[in-house]
Amino acid sequence: MARPRPEPAQVVKQRRDAALAALVTGVPYAQFLGIGFDRRGDELTGVLHFDDKLIGNPILPAIHGGVTAAFLEMTAIITLSWTFVLPAIDAREIDPARMQAGDLPRLPKTIDFTVNYLRPGLPRDAYARAIVSRSGRRYATVRVEAWQDHRDKPFAQAAGHFLMPPQDSKGG
Amino acid sequence: MDKVKFAQQFIAAIPHARALGMELTELGEGRAVIAMPYDEKLIGEPKTGVISGGAVSAVMDTCCGAAVMSHPAAPGATATIDLRIDYMRAANPGQTIVATATCYHITRSVAFVRATAVDDDTDRPVAAATGAFTVGQS
Repeated sequence: MARPRPEPAQVVKQRRDAALAALVTGVPYAQFLGIGFDRRGDELTGVLHFDDKLIGNPILPAIHGGVTAAFLEMTAIITLSWTFVLPAIDAREIDPARMQAGDLPRLPKTIDFTVNYLRPGLPRDAYARAIVSRSGRRYATVRVEAWQDHRDKPFAQAAGHFLMPPQDSKGG
Repeated sequence: MDKVKFAQQFIAAIPHARALGMELTELGEGRAVIAMPYDEKLIGEPKTGVISGGAVSAVMDTCCGAAVMSHPAAPGATATIDLRIDYMRAANPGQTIVATATCYHITRSVAFVRATAVDDDTDRPVAAATGAFTVGQS
């Protein structure tokens, strides 16, 4: 039985990276805050690029608590979306070119989100990773942690619940 | 300088509050009201134009902090210890978000705050928040 030749790894990688870029650049608020994502296989790391407009305490100075919360929540939403977007991309059910043209999958909706502030966010880049504790057909539970210079000294952590988009609205 | 004027200038001096167009409309005795006009840069769901939960978090956090600072028993600066936000419904695109925060209890070390956010449909809150904030040396 003849099997189709597997695609070159580079083609698969390009398609995945294009889809992730389209997903993130499609969210105006992520663009406004300067949030991007690094991808290593299926693992995503949110990157908050520092800018003076993110300051909440000009005396320290420190990043605004609302920015920290938004960064953690965006990392949770994109990481959660990636759990259903990546398989759809790999299965060729979603076309990254159509995503780039604005045909984006619906994002999960936040039900509640709790942020613990552990230390001030310093005026420099920040990173975050989310772990999907449980993802069902309707609800998902996600925890997320953000750090700056030292991975083992997070400056904020959060946990939240999300309403998953209906399965038939993957888009693309 | 009176406390209200001081707090208004303090809010105006927060670069991120300015970047989001926040305006402190009421302040005093542990209560604060902040308005944040709709803007396309705040959109979190591109398909509907609904603003991001993160933007609601930012106005809630700022409003809660302002309420703590305005409390007669608070010596000044404060920092968020934790903040939980419940998102009850999507905010209507195009409408200003108005957050109202109340510091309902304060000790020497901790201030406890509740807040709600509404859009033009003031009978149905968009989000509710509850949090703890530092008092004095953080």
